[in-house]
Amino acid sequence: MNLNASDLTEIEQDALAEIANMGVSRAASSLRQMVGEQVLLSVPAVRIVTREAASKLVERNNAKKLVAVQQSFEGPFAGKALLIFPEAQSLELVRSIVGDEHSLEDVIDLEQEALAETGNIILNGCLATIANVLHRTMRMSLPSIVRGDGATLFEVDGAASGGQFVLFLYIDFNIKSRDVHGFIALLMDLPSIAALKEIVHDFIRGIEQQSTGHVG
Amino acid sequence: MNYKVLVVDDSKLARMVMASAFRRIRPDWSLIETPNADEALATVSKGAVDIALIDFNMPGTDGLELIAKIRKSYPGMPVAVVSANVQDEIIGRARQLDAGFIAKPLTDEALEAFLSGAALRLRKGAK
Repeated sequence: MNLNASDLTEIEQDALAEIANMGVSRAASSLRQMVGEQVLLSVPAVRIVTREAASKLVERNNAKKLVAVQQSFEGPFAGKALLIFPEAQSLELVRSIVGDEHSLEDVIDLEQEALAETGNIILNGCLATIANVLHRTMRMSLPSIVRGDGATLFEVDGAASGGQFVLFLYIDFNIKSRDVHGFIALLMDLPSIAALKEIVHDFIRGIEQQSTGHVG
Repeated sequence: MNYKVLVVDDSKLARMVMASAFRRIRPDWSLIETPNADEALATVSKGAVDIALIDFNMPGTDGLELIAKIRKSYPGMPVAVVSANVQDEIIGRARQLDAGFIAKPLTDEALEAFLSGAALRLRKGAK
């Protein structure tokens, strides 16, 4: 685990992973509903890493050519949510959503559209669930599509430098019968981590109160 | 009675999904599709719409702002927000505008429930 000065305690990491888990579980059930097939999920991971390290984590088991649908969010904390998968699989993913009865030409035609709307549904569901769990409100941008390697996706060379630390939450998904796999990732800017700690503490306090209060 | 339903969504795929659900559960109703709020308002002002299904997250005017505008001229029109943004705040704001909320991914069951209620409301209003 890449620990750092402005770090989170173990219980804070646990709580964050649990909150992220609720969000991505909602995302996975949306994806499952859209493709009509079983979607397998890994255990969510929480890391504080540089953007560059985050980009390497995403590239690890993947081809370097990736596609991502991304949405920025702001509210009690700000960042970016991404649905990421190897570029070679994007048509197969689209086909699994629009149905096999469409021709390859139709699927190519619809690719951008379908990716944007799929990302929109999955990422919105994920972020909205997190907002509800935390009793906070988040604003989300429209979805956009980015193609490239991990560094491009996470703007390693952009305005925010690659050496800058971010809170990185990710989970792998796998559409069993389609050989389509990818990531759902949340990237949060570190300046808001103080705010994040406070929110996580509220969440933990809420659970403690529940467990000392009524049964259930 | 066959009603005219306005579908407002910037995503063509989302409109396709909606149209396909109508073919299954209300094949006789007619759909008018628009990709944004401006075109939606122009269509509504012609008085040709009975029911409206509106995406929340759209470029320009968002779905809730659009509903607020529609409400000025059509306070009783059955309207629902259709969105994956299931935040309590969004659902609460929809309720304040007397609008329903249908979550994406769209299911036939959720759409059916809203449309049945909408048809009932329109029949009562017509009496």
